Amino acid sequence: MTEMTRVEKIAAEPTSFKREMLSTLPSLRAFAVSLTGKHDKADDLVQDTVMKAWAKQTSFEMGTNIKAWLFTILRNEFYSQMRKRGREVQDSDGAFTERLSVHPPQYGSMDLQDFKKALGQLPDDQREAVILIGASGFSYEEAAEICDCAVGTMKSRVSRARTRLQDILKVSGEADYGPDAVATQVTTHNHSF
Amino acid sequence: MIKEDIVSQQRTRVQAGRADDGLGPNTDIGSRLRALYGSVQDEGVPEQLLDLLEKLDSAEQSQKSKDAPRSRE
Repeated sequence: MTEMTRVEKIAAEPTSFKREMLSTLPSLRAFAVSLTGKHDKADDLVQDTVMKAWAKQTSFEMGTNIKAWLFTILRNEFYSQMRKRGREVQDSDGAFTERLSVHPPQYGSMDLQDFKKALGQLPDDQREAVILIGASGFSYEEAAEICDCAVGTMKSRVSRARTRLQDILKVSGEADYGPDAVATQVTTHNHSF
Repeated sequence: MIKEDIVSQQRTRVQAGRADDGLGPNTDIGSRLRALYGSVQDEGVPEQLLDLLEKLDSAEQSQKSKDAPRSRE
């Protein structure tokens, strides 16, 4: 309740850098969780990113893509911290390892657990590529810029990630099913539709 | 003008490219990715992050009012 009012308050303020930053935070945080695998580490990373971004805000042009800009800062920050710490704890499952606090209605939690494990088996570059394109809503051009690679490289990472995920999960590319079909698929572990 | 056309053409091409990358709205992988990502997004912004944003902003405001006459933008 109080959180909603605080968010709304900031959303109504004229200071648009802060406001635009706030609107990106939920997605930025989800990306951070996918990189770190842990909510607490993700929150630390987002905090560091917010401070970095604030200090650099003169280099940001209002009206340009603040989301891509913040994702770039967060990603750079993550990898530079990883290098400094020498890749200490890489979680067994890699991405989104903690419990989901909200279960999206059309998926059973078992189903998403399997999916998290599958994501965790991907190489880091493929995992971040498929998340940026498939979930964060970036174009290939934007994602390539965020990851500092060529657009073609981004495309091939996404394509390899998708093939690998389909392979691990033994699902086909197209799907049109309800909760029952998902439950069946989880128990039988192959696609029968 | 021309630049806008190019940008919009690129967008269309991107969208067209997206249609067959296996991550669209009716794909299994795509919808699970978004379900997972969305479950974190829906948690909202933690209090301490809001605190931080407010602190940064008020520090900047007071800095601005200190420099006010010279560097008004």
